[in-house]
Amino acid sequence: MSRWSLAGTATLAAAILLASPLAAQDTARGRVLYQQWCAGCHGETGAGDGEAAHYMWPHPRDFTRALFQIRTTESGDLPTDDDLRRVIDVGMPGTAMPAWRSKFRPADRDAIVAYLKTFSRFFAGQTPTPLEFGSAPGGPSDEDLAEGRRVFVDELECVKCHGQRGRGDGPSAPTLSDDWDVPIRPADLTMNWTFNGGGTVEDIYRRLRTGLDGTPMPSFSDVLASNVITDAQLWQAAQYVRSLSPADPPRPRDVVRAALVPAGGLPAGPEDSAWAAVEEYYIPLVGQVVKRPRWFTPSVAALWVKAAHDGERLVLRLRWDDRTESPDPEWDEFFQLTMAALTDADGALPSAQGPDRVAVQFPVRLPEGPELPFFLGGDAQRKTSDIVWTSAPDAASVGTATGLGTWAPGGAVEHAAAFLDGEWLLQIERPLASSDTTVMPDLPEGLPIPMAFQVADGSLGEGAVRGAVSAWYAVYLDVPTPARVYVQPIVAGLLTAGLGLIVVIRAQRRGRAKGDTVEGV
Amino acid sequence: MKRVVSIGVVVALAAGCGGGEKAPAGGEGGAPAAAAAAPLGNASISGTIAFTGAVPPNPTIDMSEEPACAAKHAGGATDPVVVVSDGKLANVFVYVKSGLPADASFQAPATPVEIDQQGCLYHPRVLGLMVGQDLLIKNGDPLLHNIKAVPTENRGFNISQPSEGMTSTRSFSTPEVMVPIECNVHGWMHAWVGVRPDPYFAVSAEDGTFTITGLPAGTYEVEAWHETFGTKTMTVTVPADGQATADFSFSPAA
Repeated sequence: MSRWSLAGTATLAAAILLASPLAAQDTARGRVLYQQWCAGCHGETGAGDGEAAHYMWPHPRDFTRALFQIRTTESGDLPTDDDLRRVIDVGMPGTAMPAWRSKFRPADRDAIVAYLKTFSRFFAGQTPTPLEFGSAPGGPSDEDLAEGRRVFVDELECVKCHGQRGRGDGPSAPTLSDDWDVPIRPADLTMNWTFNGGGTVEDIYRRLRTGLDGTPMPSFSDVLASNVITDAQLWQAAQYVRSLSPADPPRPRDVVRAALVPAGGLPAGPEDSAWAAVEEYYIPLVGQVVKRPRWFTPSVAALWVKAAHDGERLVLRLRWDDRTESPDPEWDEFFQLTMAALTDADGALPSAQGPDRVAVQFPVRLPEGPELPFFLGGDAQRKTSDIVWTSAPDAASVGTATGLGTWAPGGAVEHAAAFLDGEWLLQIERPLASSDTTVMPDLPEGLPIPMAFQVADGSLGEGAVRGAVSAWYAVYLDVPTPARVYVQPIVAGLLTAGLGLIVVIRAQRRGRAKGDTVEGV
Repeated sequence: MKRVVSIGVVVALAAGCGGGEKAPAGGEGGAPAAAAAAPLGNASISGTIAFTGAVPPNPTIDMSEEPACAAKHAGGATDPVVVVSDGKLANVFVYVKSGLPADASFQAPATPVEIDQQGCLYHPRVLGLMVGQDLLIKNGDPLLHNIKAVPTENRGFNISQPSEGMTSTRSFSTPEVMVPIECNVHGWMHAWVGVRPDPYFAVSAEDGTFTITGLPAGTYEVEAWHETFGTKTMTVTVPADGQATADFSFSPAA
């Protein structure tokens, strides 16, 4: 029975594969698992058109054309079974595809691989050959990185799509679409933990060699074969790309410390060199998927926050990657095509680009217990006080909200914004003492003050509801350091050392006593 | 280096080998190094592609991002989508769609078909080649192009040519009319490749004329394809060693 229903949905090639009893067994098991776990996004027939597909951007893979981004094979070649297994195991960072390693036993995962290959006739009878990659050279040295940068900019012209600083904002970026005519953005190379195929130097080198089939990213293998650059130079380019991201993936910390600076010493703007001395905090962002319209693939994945105060005023410096200074007419067609590729089942999609937008959210009344306002703009019982900045017009003001989308602008807030090479820098400033505690709270020193963020990219139609959000974090305004802070550790250290000495001496005595006993026996 | 880009279902099922496998250099392993076999006959089909109606204007291209390309277009660049002169339409791919002897098979010529990138446009824009015949891709511009083939019957490819004078070779394993070629760095760049199992195809010249030679006597279905105006077919009977005419006419969609 299952043989016939499968043959009904699969291709001629699949039917021929099924002629082998072993293959039939594999794909039957794979079919059950696929329909249960994969079809919701990738579709029952593997065409990438599952129920959830059009909430996602980029869309889930359509398996019927056998075009796969992450391979070890030449551009245009099929992936190996190992390539497909790897993607199922580790997922596709930067997309909605999760890692399934903890979900599927290897045999089940292999059965899914066998089944999804039946979706395309191209797999019939094929055994793709992986490329030889060699291994990564040591380093990189400063010279390696400098040469890698030169290759990136001058030889391979990666900047055409990926931009001068690698943030995916190159001049060709607004024109790109994938093989299904859905707009696609070049990777932001400064966030290697979002690279679809992994963020190591080896991963990057492999993507350069194989290209990402189905996308505009080409293979550079021919460039080596033609001696335009050497293999060593391609590795240097990979090392340079890797160097654009932090050495280790950033980890969020709950509390953003606002450094205390002397009166009059606050940074004057987002690009003030005084910010260099202030610690930066990583705030991961996710799509807002609670309130409709939900948004599963937000444009902005990370926010970096610095804070400082002088006892009178709090200054926040926000930094985030955004390919567009929205709205940008150059991205109009990209915007329209992207909206056309998405479902409006959650509510009407915007018809025009809007401004970029950031909300910095505090509770209107600081909680005395653990109960915080709802993290998405609060509710009627517990309002939030949001400082909202928009790029066009360039304005910031503070107002209250009782849920996402209810915020209304109030008094203006001092701010300054700068956009360069796919990066926003925004400085927001407010007095610690509130002029109206029904709109914004006083900000006490020496206590964690709840703080959360929402970020929207107007060129993707994001706004107050459809956008990226953070959980609650806290900002802690440093207090002047009292002398006891320095004395107490010393006292504690001396005490500990003294007590330790006593313990050790006693133990030695006891040991000797025991030793005597043993010898006596 | 020669490589077989892909093999579609017919070949894959028949031969049990397939897409992405490399053919050894020198044309062994199926692709002949020798010249194509003698034609089946001496008959020919020729004709003219006429164009009636208002000629749609070609879009202008903003090449300001690429001064080296812009410099090759004095007076500004346009995308030559519709090339009409004196009421004749160029860049129409004309081919024998059916009617050849069922048992006829053809060897691909050893000489490659060339496509060049000049001034951030493809030259030629429309071309034909045989299954297994090499497509020699040249970069005549001092800047980065990527060359992406987006077929449906064949396996595609997406390769980069970041420097002037670089060449790459690819081929197609399955007949397909037409395989789109595009450059993603320059979104306006488009070319079309007709992949045929036989040598009976041509592309209309600037004066709208084309000629298909070496045919045996017979009755053929001939199709003409244009990127904007779609396809037209007609049935043509050719006497042995004779000549038949197949004139097509396109006009803007109503």
